[in-house]
Amino acid sequence: MSYSTSEMMTVAAARRLRNGAVCFVGIGLPSKAANLARLTSSPDVVLIYESGPIGAKPSVLPLSIGDGELAETADTVVPTGEIFRYWLQGGRIDVGFLGAAQVDRFGNINTTVVGDYHAPKTRLPGAGGAPEIAGSAKQVLIILKQSPRAFVDKLDFITSVGHGEGGDSRKRLGLPGEGPVGIITDLCIMEPEAGTHEFVVTAIHPGVTREQIIAATGWAIRFADDVETTAEPTEVELGALRDLEARTAAAHGQVAGEA
Amino acid sequence: MAAILPLHEAVKQFIQDGDTVALEGFTHLIPTAAGHEIIRQGKRDLTLVRMTPDLIYDQLIGAGCASKLIFSWGGNPGVGSLHRLRDAVEKQWPHAIEIEEHSHADLANAYVAGASGLPFAVLRAYAGSDLPKVNPLIQSVTCPFTGEVLAAVPSVRPDVTVIHAQKADRKGNVLLWGILGVQKEAALAAKRCIVTVEEIVDDLQAPMNACVLPTWALSAVCLVPGGAHPSYAHGYYERDNRFYQAWDPIARNRETFTAWIDTYIRGTADFNAFKAKLASTAEAAQ
Repeated sequence: MSYSTSEMMTVAAARRLRNGAVCFVGIGLPSKAANLARLTSSPDVVLIYESGPIGAKPSVLPLSIGDGELAETADTVVPTGEIFRYWLQGGRIDVGFLGAAQVDRFGNINTTVVGDYHAPKTRLPGAGGAPEIAGSAKQVLIILKQSPRAFVDKLDFITSVGHGEGGDSRKRLGLPGEGPVGIITDLCIMEPEAGTHEFVVTAIHPGVTREQIIAATGWAIRFADDVETTAEPTEVELGALRDLEARTAAAHGQVAGEA
Repeated sequence: MAAILPLHEAVKQFIQDGDTVALEGFTHLIPTAAGHEIIRQGKRDLTLVRMTPDLIYDQLIGAGCASKLIFSWGGNPGVGSLHRLRDAVEKQWPHAIEIEEHSHADLANAYVAGASGLPFAVLRAYAGSDLPKVNPLIQSVTCPFTGEVLAAVPSVRPDVTVIHAQKADRKGNVLLWGILGVQKEAALAAKRCIVTVEEIVDDLQAPMNACVLPTWALSAVCLVPGGAHPSYAHGYYERDNRFYQAWDPIARNRETFTAWIDTYIRGTADFNAFKAKLASTAEAAQ
């Protein structure tokens, strides 16, 4: 079965969610991957959205973080303050699943601004729930498409901290969670190197070359000693993903794959 | 006791130029009709508070009603940018706007603190983030018991909060359900509170533990069916995703935006007239 690089990215990200994990889900790519996990390898994954649904099981992907579908399919719906206070800050989130506009080599995230904050070149939407998800979830996964504009040598603004300046940065900041443990892109998977906490390539998607990855990264990306090749998406995974996208497109009046 | 009033009366009576105003609703139950009425009445110099500015604040900012925005995520959900917000921040159009930027956890806690009558909120937040560097109101406090350093942020205590809800009874008690966001906290944090509702009924038939705002905690209740469009009202109508998409080209440039505001908001008497105009335009396009 042939597949696109976006599909490979979503499938590779979905595989990272352990069955039964409690996952705080961002909208967009994280939500798509988390729901694919729920529909394939991890039926008992618990999806929490910042708008209030806990244990959401949407049959179509939400377009906004507070779609009615999330509330209707959830085990319970709590106020947004409670989500952040009791469930996230309270230490009950296993995995925070985030998207980003830009990341750096330590998995720090910028979703605020390109250029100077007070005279921005491009004003981005801002923090949302990400800073505290990045701080307090036990682990963080980041999913985004790889390009030199997105994978930058130096962020103009750190909205949500990853491994800070590397090394034991997180420990010195007193952050409770382990921080980002994987960046999943349309080309590869990166994981933090022991000690430095710099993200290095640990798995390359089938058909992708090292040169492509180097060209799509704004810093001198390094490769782990033992780089794996990501397993291709199975028919089950692709079928579930395409059905989910088709249902979503029909529900929201979009072109399949747009959501 | 809340007065049951027409929306234009409530906005006229309870929202003044220069007020700090929170029109809340997290994707669900966004009080759009009230936002339109604020534009119609030409309110000025407002400090607008909302976790997600959404289309409602894009309209208020573009129409020149705001001098300051307090927020935590400013995009068009599922679509992209809020172009009027960006134009105000990047190019000072229609005039310069001050922004005070937080995270969701921060603002949610700040509303809880406001409703609790506290001057500030405490949360574990922002370590390693640049946001405290650009927002001097994000400070820290040391726990007197453990020595842990935590974030301290000022509570949100608006002059006026406006929310939309599903039902009120004839006394002005209000029931809402579904995604509640920070509506209850925003309502109780404010000096005055206006609630627009889908319908007014004899008996709310609220289940025990339901989210009910008692009439004596509110200033005004206004009957505005459809008043949360293009967001949704659970049990009444769905989110109009196509409108969110259509908003992108309307708001993308100043001329199309101003023409839209002049035609649909300033050119209509109230929300019913707005709905009728929107429906007739949609019909003509078919």
